[in-house]
Amino acid sequence: MRKRRVVFLTVLGLAGMAVLQGFAPMPEDGSLVRIERASVRYREPGEFIDGTRPVNGPIGEIATKKPFAIMKGQVTRGDYDRCVAAKGCKVLDSAGDSALPVVGISFYDAVAYAEWLSRETGQNWRLPTDREWALAAGSRYRDDAYTEISDPANPSRRWIATYDAEAAAEQALDPAPKPAGTFGANEHGLLDLSGNVWEWTSTCYVRHRTDPATGAATEVENCGVRIAEGRHRAYMTGFFRDPKAGACSVGIPPANLGMRLVRGEGRLREWFGF
Amino acid sequence: MFTRRTTLFGAAIAALVAAAPSLAEEGLSPAPKVLGQADQTAGLRHVKAELVPPPAVMQHQQVDTGAPKVVEFTMKIEEKKITVDEGVTFQAMTFNGSMPGPTMVVHEGDYVQLTLINPETNTMPHNIDFHSATGALGGAQLTLVNPGEQTTLRFKATRAGAFVYHCAPPGMIPWHVVSGMSGTILVLPREGLKDEAGSPVTYDRAYTIGEFDLYIPKDENGKYVDYETPGEAYADTVEVMKGLIPTHVVFNGRKGALTGENAMTAKVGETVLFIHSSANRDTRPHLIGGHGDHVWERGKFHNPPAKDLETWFVAGGSAAVATYKFLQPGIYAYVNHNLIEAAELGATAHVKVSGEWSEDLMKQVAAPGPIVGQ
Repeated sequence: MRKRRVVFLTVLGLAGMAVLQGFAPMPEDGSLVRIERASVRYREPGEFIDGTRPVNGPIGEIATKKPFAIMKGQVTRGDYDRCVAAKGCKVLDSAGDSALPVVGISFYDAVAYAEWLSRETGQNWRLPTDREWALAAGSRYRDDAYTEISDPANPSRRWIATYDAEAAAEQALDPAPKPAGTFGANEHGLLDLSGNVWEWTSTCYVRHRTDPATGAATEVENCGVRIAEGRHRAYMTGFFRDPKAGACSVGIPPANLGMRLVRGEGRLREWFGF
Repeated sequence: MFTRRTTLFGAAIAALVAAAPSLAEEGLSPAPKVLGQADQTAGLRHVKAELVPPPAVMQHQQVDTGAPKVVEFTMKIEEKKITVDEGVTFQAMTFNGSMPGPTMVVHEGDYVQLTLINPETNTMPHNIDFHSATGALGGAQLTLVNPGEQTTLRFKATRAGAFVYHCAPPGMIPWHVVSGMSGTILVLPREGLKDEAGSPVTYDRAYTIGEFDLYIPKDENGKYVDYETPGEAYADTVEVMKGLIPTHVVFNGRKGALTGENAMTAKVGETVLFIHSSANRDTRPHLIGGHGDHVWERGKFHNPPAKDLETWFVAGGSAAVATYKFLQPGIYAYVNHNLIEAAELGATAHVKVSGEWSEDLMKQVAAPGPIVGQ
């Protein structure tokens, strides 16, 4: 951290213009929405085990620590194909309408696109974290805890309760990509959140375990699995393009995997922590 | 599009025309010569069976030591468009509206008397071939009904076991079978099921799983074609069928027919009878986390059942029967253990089992956590 600050101060001294740019408000851009101040009741992602008993992660109010700008709509197939044409992205497995949201992308395809777009524009494009996604999604964010039941003497009670809740929540969803706006806007003006395209986030799967005897907590992170957000939170193997095989605990996989990116406001702002 | 439809109709009509002469011949000659034969069913009691859609099995007695009876069934054939997976439609043909058709239950020595109705709203002739029946191509030659007709067939159930029945119209047999027209008849021994030592095997519930290999044509963009009529689907479907690689392998007619809110249920301590039919293609059911306690792989009850099986084989054109007493609660997956067919093509069912967990049978000694002690 100290080293970074030194670098920063050097930059500050040498390139005043760049600093000013870093502090300047985001330019008005209809394709981006700036999340200035937002809060949401948020469930910590990952799996939580108390001894050998699976429990829900903690839930609580989170709020923006710093504003961020996020795409109003999902990245389209046309956008993605420009990256393919420029050899920045891999060719997808099937054809798609350039006007519709891009689907059938893996986490790595999404990262490659963000990197290419950053090079193209000189801006800092990246996937949102799961927290950022939830803050941007607001009322469209869904808690992924299906049940509070967890009986150490009978693990099947939780399995069955989860299965029943998922089965009840299951609804037929036409997987065909739809034009932007089909699933409406949320209170921030973001389109199609929790529609039929799940969006990759940069957040890794984490398993948290507490040892009830000692109180010791351990965490094991697996970044081979990332969170895709949508109608429900999905833990998805990063290289999957077709989500049908994976994801949610028992049932219902996401319909499609796509993306919407965050435009970072430059390292300078982030170092300042606002 | 108009030309294409015409072509498709043309193909379907050609198939019907090809079928017609043999119908005319066979319709008359093999009619039973009633004269001179005493009616073996005279004086027998008649009971009307109440068929139910699978996976449920009609109410029945497991043991019936009384005199043979005539069990009367009625089935209506229904051609209809169904959805087999999200966004994938299929021109199905069904016995009584379900895939598989309802499971019929009688006892060895009983007479099965079926009235088969082909409503005017249908477009094709249909019939029924009972693998449990003797003669006339399993009854197919005596039951061919055109739209707007019905017929009644009686046959004696002389062999005990689970047997497939299916539609077998001349010239179109495989197409009708892979379009959904199959089911199971369960002919129980009068004394009920027995294990290899002759001790009774009973069950608390019975479920029917009908496995179907479907061959749904795709268009030039790889999208499944949505046809308006069976005739329109015919020619393209036969082309896919001849490739022998199904596009879908599903239980009870569609992906998810036996999962979620449609999952089978049981309680710990209950014995469940699983009847698994596959009219066209071999398969291999497996109960993940459970077993087959007593399994009649070939479905025929005068052979001793195999015990403690992990996976059992169902020959195409037959039905297997397995019992399992659930010992542990939870969600069980009942799959075709060609797992590609189970996970990618649809052949997965679930059994939701409630009850008390046995730590003797299984316990998680240490939950997943960081690697230690190395």
